[in-house]
Formats: sequence, C-alpha cells, structure tokens
Amino acid sequence: MMTLRAAIRFGFSALALAALAVSLPALAADKIDPVADAKAFKKFFYEKFPKLKPEDFVNGPYSMDEGLHKQWVEKEEFPPYEFAVDLGKEMFTKPFKNGKTYEDCFPNKGIGIRQNYPLFDEKQGKVVTLELALNQCREANGEAPYNYVRDEMAALTAYMAFTSRGKPMDIKIPDDPRALEAYQMGKEYFYTRRGQLNFACSTCHVQSPGERVRTEVLAPALGIMNAMPIYRSEWNSMGTTSRRFVTCNSQTRGVPLTPQDDEYRNVEYYLSYVANGLPISGPGARP
Amino acid sequence: MLTRKIFLTAALAAGIAAFSAPAFAQSNVAEGKKLAFDRGKGNCLVCHVIKGGEYPGTLGPELVDIKSKYPKREELVAIIYDETKRNPLTVMPPFGRNRILNAKEIDAIVDFLQTL
Ligand code: HEC
Ligand code: HEC
Repeated sequence: MMTLRAAIRFGFSALALAALAVSLPALAADKIDPVADAKAFKKFFYEKFPKLKPEDFVNGPYSMDEGLHKQWVEKEEFPPYEFAVDLGKEMFTKPFKNGKTYEDCFPNKGIGIRQNYPLFDEKQGKVVTLELALNQCREANGEAPYNYVRDEMAALTAYMAFTSRGKPMDIKIPDDPRALEAYQMGKEYFYTRRGQLNFACSTCHVQSPGERVRTEVLAPALGIMNAMPIYRSEWNSMGTTSRRFVTCNSQTRGVPLTPQDDEYRNVEYYLSYVANGLPISGPGARP
Repeated sequence: MLTRKIFLTAALAAGIAAFSAPAFAQSNVAEGKKLAFDRGKGNCLVCHVIKGGEYPGTLGPELVDIKSKYPKREELVAIIYDETKRNPLTVMPPFGRNRILNAKEIDAIVDFLQTL
C-alpha cells in the first residue's frame, strides 16, 4: 500500500529523528550532554551524505547538489556580498561620536573572532550572539542600535565573518548551569513542531536537507550558521541571521519571534555548538 | 476519470450541454485543483510533484496513480486531514486538524487527487 519512497521515509525519519531528538521532554531528567549531541548530530549528517566532506556542509544548499555547487563556484568569482564586506570594514573602523570604534568592544579588535559567537556571557547570564554584541557595543557608546534585519547589521557581520574565514567554529559552554540550560532550550526549540503547518526547524533542515521546497533547496542543519550572513539573489540584498530565522518562521505560517529573542539566540547557540570544528564560510551567497 | 471523460465526450459529441451532475463533479475537481495549488491554502506543490503544477518541491512523493493506490476516498481524506496519525514524524502538515482546510475543501481536493 505504502509506496517504496514513503516506506523509506517512515523508516528513515523514525530512526534518525529518534536518535537526534530523543523525545525531548523526557530528557529533562537525563543528563544534558552537548558533547554526545554534537557527535550524534555530525554522524547523522555524515551518514546521510557520505560523499560530502565535513567542510562541505558549510555552504548550505550549494553542498547538496553538483549543479548548484558549480553555480556557487561561479558566483564566488564575483561575490555579490563584496559591497557588504567593504561597507562593513569602513563602518568598523569609523569612530562613534565619542571617538571610540567597534574595535574597542571586541577582543583582537574584532578581527578573526566570528567563530566564537554566540558565547554565553556569565555576567549577563545569557547567550550573546554577534549581532547582539554589535548592538550592545553601539549602545554602550551612546549610539542607537541597528535594526537586526537590515543592511547595516548585515555589513558589520559580513566583514567580521570575512576576517574569520576558514577558522573552525569554536563555541564554548562554560561550566554554568544557565549556559547548559540555554543550550538545551535552543535544542528543544529546534526540534519542537509548532504553528498551523506543524513544522519544527528540524522538519526542514534535519528531515529534508537537499530536498526542494518549490524552487529552493533546503540547507542541512549541520554548519547552517557558518555562512551567515548571506546574500540572497531572491532578496537582492544581504540577510542577517535574524532575518533568516524570522523568514523561516514566517514561511511556515508561524508567527515569528522578535529578532534576537531569547529562543532565537538559544537556537543559534545550539546550532553553532553542534557545528564546532567546521570552518566559518561567511558571508555566503545564495540563489 | 476515464468513464467521466468518455461520458463528457459523448455528451459533447451528441451536442448535449453538460448535465448538471458531471458539471458539478467537474467544477469540484477544478476547485480542488485550485485549492491544492493555492499558496495560501493547500500549497501541496511545495512538497509534491503534481501534474499541471509549476515549480514543485520534492519533500513528498509525486502524486500519481492516486486512485489505484488509495481506492477509498476516506484514506485520502485521512491523509490530508492529519497524516501524523499514519506517520507521527511526517513533514506533511495536518491540514484538517489544524484547520488549514475545511471538510468541503478537503473533499474537493480528494476529487482532484482521484483524477491524477
Ligand atoms: C518549511 C521549511 C523551513 C522551516 C520549518 C525552517 N526553514 Fe530555515 N530555510 C528554509 C528555506 C527554504 C531556506 C532557504 C534555502 C536554504 O538555504 O536552506 C532556509 C534557510 C535557512 C538558513 C540559511 C541557510 C543557508 O546556508 O542559506 C538558516 C540559518 C535557517 N534556515 C535556519 C532555520 C531555523 C533556525 C528554523 C527554525 C526556527 C528554520 N530554519 C525553519 C526552510 C525552512
Ligand atoms: C511539507 C510537505 C508536504 C505538504 C505541504 C503536503 N504533503 Fe502530502 N506528503 C508529504 C510527505 C513527506 C508524504 C509521504 C508520506 C509521509 O510522510 O507520511 C506525503 C504523502 C501524501 C500522500 C500519499 C501519497 C502516496 O503516494 O502514498 C498524499 C495523497 C498527499 N501527500 C497529498 C497531499 C495534498 C493533497 C497536499 C496539499 C493539500 C499535501 N499532500 C501537502 C509531504 C507534504
């Protein structure tokens, strides 16, 4: 009765998802084990795509298909995000009204540090993403924060990613129960189905990477943060991580959260942590 | 479908204006197709290749030979109403349970599916 394909799907999703998400609420009593999570997560994707090398995953949909990969190589010759990197660089060193610059807010003047974000800030007791850190820097220096989904934020993060290309993602979970909890909340958010269409982030990016939704090829969740921010031809502009998360939620007829909401920052923490070791490839370009 | 086609052809050939019964069935099929393709309604093309639809996705199986695979209407209604009953981990949204489509709309889509 069931088609072969559906049968494969039934089997696949049951096994694979059970292994990754292990009925989340039930986990509460169990130990939260990010190291084991990251191992299982990588194993899942490496087995699902045996032809790909670990570092291939960081190019999102372009890693999923040879034709698309060719497009990507061609695009990289005239990268459409170059203007954003240039603008970001200029913005980064230009003094605020008080004479300071972004350089003063970050270790190593902000160069080559993208792979350390998000981090868990024990003073603030929460996950701080690169986008949040940039706006905190602005506000600490008496400047108005930037809109999280607009070009200025995209330019700044594009530049910071560009100076960090090739560096392995290096997310730390400090020995602090709040950090572990943030990680776990992010994980639960990622696997929890919601909204009218009953989608979780994992529905698309774990169960269906490489598949097409209409004309778009779904990126695998492994390394999905490494290329952010991304230039999308379809947007005709750069998109920040915030913009992408909000767009994914709206596309599913879900009500998106506010950019940089706790849950979004936690989910970014989770996704970045399980990609530890994979190189930063941002800014990315997408069809 | 085949019988309906033959009937219609015969009816047209005989110069008879379409009878109300088949005309109703036909428009239910057309309505079902519209609902299935409509991005704000079924949007089934996001996941399924369906004859006549542009830019289909590949998350689900191609919808073909539906009538031979699912001879009973109720099976199709059940799949559209809530496929998570059959497969708790399916990516297919529970269109009926989550009130994306009402009973009449599901009915029309089933009519359309049976023509595939
Ligand atoms: C219904 C499907 C769907 C769901 C659910 C979904 N996304 Fe996406 N996502 C997409 C599509 C389509 C794209 C664009 C193509 C691509 O890059 O994967 C995308 C792209 C992304 C990207 C950029 C990847 C890249 O390299 O271009 C990120 C990051 C992302 N999604 C994160 C999330 C998160 C976090 C959630 C949950 C809050 C989520 N997505 C839920 C469909 C979905
Ligand atoms: C987000 C993806 C998605 C959407 C949207 C979707 N489906 Fe599905 N559909 C699937 C998947 C995946 C299957 C395979 C069975 C399973 O997962 O349980 C499926 C299976 C089916 C089947 C059984 C096919 C077979 O050969 O066994 C039918 C019929 C069907 N869908 C009809 C529809 C209709 C009608 C709509 C729109 C009203 C729709 N689907 C929307 C993903 C989707």
